[in-house]
Amino acid sequence: MTDEPLVRWDWIARNWANGGPTAISALLENHVVMAFLPVLFGLVVALPLGLACVRWRWLYQPTAALMNVTYSLPSLVLFSIFLSITGLTRSTVVIPLTFFALAVLIPAVVDGLASVPDAVRQSAVAMGFRPARRLLRVELPVAVPVVLAGLRVATVSSISLVSVGALIGQGGLGNLFIDGWQRQFYTPITVGIVLIVLLAVLADGLLVLAQRLLTPWSRARRTA
Amino acid sequence: MITFEDVTKRYRDGTVAVADLSLEVPTGAITVFVGPSGCGKTTSLRMINRMIDATSGRITLDGQDVREIDPPTLRRGIGYVIQQAGLFPHRKIVDNVATVPYLLGWSKRKARARAMDLLELVGLDPGLAGRYPFQLSGGQQQRVGVARALAADPPVLLMDEPFSAVDPIVRASLQDELLRLQSELRKTIVFVTHDIDEAVKLGDTVAVMRVGGRLAQMAGPATLLTEPADDFVREFLGRDRGIRRLSFISAKEVRLRPAPSDLATDEDGRPLGWRTANGLAAYGTFTPETDSLRAALDAALLSANGTAVAVDEEGRVRGVAGRDAIDELLAEYAPPASGGSGEGSSGDGSSEEAPA
Repeated sequence: MTDEPLVRWDWIARNWANGGPTAISALLENHVVMAFLPVLFGLVVALPLGLACVRWRWLYQPTAALMNVTYSLPSLVLFSIFLSITGLTRSTVVIPLTFFALAVLIPAVVDGLASVPDAVRQSAVAMGFRPARRLLRVELPVAVPVVLAGLRVATVSSISLVSVGALIGQGGLGNLFIDGWQRQFYTPITVGIVLIVLLAVLADGLLVLAQRLLTPWSRARRTA
Repeated sequence: MITFEDVTKRYRDGTVAVADLSLEVPTGAITVFVGPSGCGKTTSLRMINRMIDATSGRITLDGQDVREIDPPTLRRGIGYVIQQAGLFPHRKIVDNVATVPYLLGWSKRKARARAMDLLELVGLDPGLAGRYPFQLSGGQQQRVGVARALAADPPVLLMDEPFSAVDPIVRASLQDELLRLQSELRKTIVFVTHDIDEAVKLGDTVAVMRVGGRLAQMAGPATLLTEPADDFVREFLGRDRGIRRLSFISAKEVRLRPAPSDLATDEDGRPLGWRTANGLAAYGTFTPETDSLRAALDAALLSANGTAVAVDEEGRVRGVAGRDAIDELLAEYAPPASGGSGEGSSGDGSSEEAPA
């Protein structure tokens, strides 16, 4: 094993798209789906929950506490819990990761709305906005930079956490690690790490781009 | 006209922000609410557009109780300028100004055309229309705030310490601009400030409030300066009341005499200085048509021989006025004996109650 190289290109070439479920491209696709679904679900749930936490302040502390406890649980523990409910399926990975995303996104939504300057909120009231329109047209758009910052953290950590699912056979690129360790064969491990890092960098870059496009009004202020 | 009838605002913890406030805000004029922090001036302002609801009493707008009007509808008909402008950071300047027209359902084209007119009206370069608020200076943002408040042409404008966050030079120019706008637009303006000089400069009527939300005095600025109702108002007005009051007397009536031969002028008739044995000495000028008696007195004090030089709009000498001429006018406008009323241009004198 001592002279085993880090990368065997021929193995990569043979296994990139061999048609089977263990092909690297298939694992990559799986990884992307399992990493993004939790962020998507998390955002869909965090928006109304975050709004509720702003509307009813007493709700925020218990919600945040619960989310922080969830976040502190090792992902493996959560996977085992859901294993008994959802079995060896994607859901066993996606559901716990959704909770992790929520732990980041709920505070992001709450902090985002808190970042709306008081003078802006008050002038919206004074101009004659009704509450729903004020939320949609003024408060949420102004909260976007803070929410997007949370979304970047949630996305990157989700991409990295998916690989733990390999322990129940649903880890996307993480499966390459198991394969590599079991055979004391470095190439799949290297491929897995490189692809996960690339995926994270790409996803983060896309979110930064989205932020630029969505909030041209905050660009200079951020760098100032 | 806006009227307050025995308006009280008491918070749940028992704090009284405004106590039994009764006053009338005349139509088409600037009424300033002034007082130290905690005097309830902002609370009073916000009760007009129902950002705060009164605990008891009644506020009416042209006879209608504001509490009978749905708040958003009420607010769309009342312009509001907030401290620090409160512009929407995610909207371009033109769309910030068009906010209320959009809320009223105007078409985008009509609303934006109106916004462009307003930018011009408040003295802003239309080229700023496509910018975002962060790209503007504080003074420019505040002008946009005024334009936004005027967008739907509301008859009433509420201004909550609008100029207190900008530096003194910008503040002075914004104040002048407001007076210029008001001379064209004749809105009913309620202006809140803690700065008595600003109140005296801008207000047609000034309501001085004291901590605990009580009205101390309501009067025209000149009356306020000569006849403060009590020690609190006197102290709040500060020093130099006598001198400051002269700002409200026109210099038009100062009796001029022909310029004497020792006033050196250039070929266009502009003053150069007073001839003395040691060359030309300092002189001060005022323009009788547009300046106040304060400016005339100041000109006399700046002149080496105590004689103010009157000039026309182009700066050409029209005559001179010695201290005797200024004194004559000062005597004419001397504060009345106690119990008398102030000069014609000012409010109705002073009392705890609002003028009827």
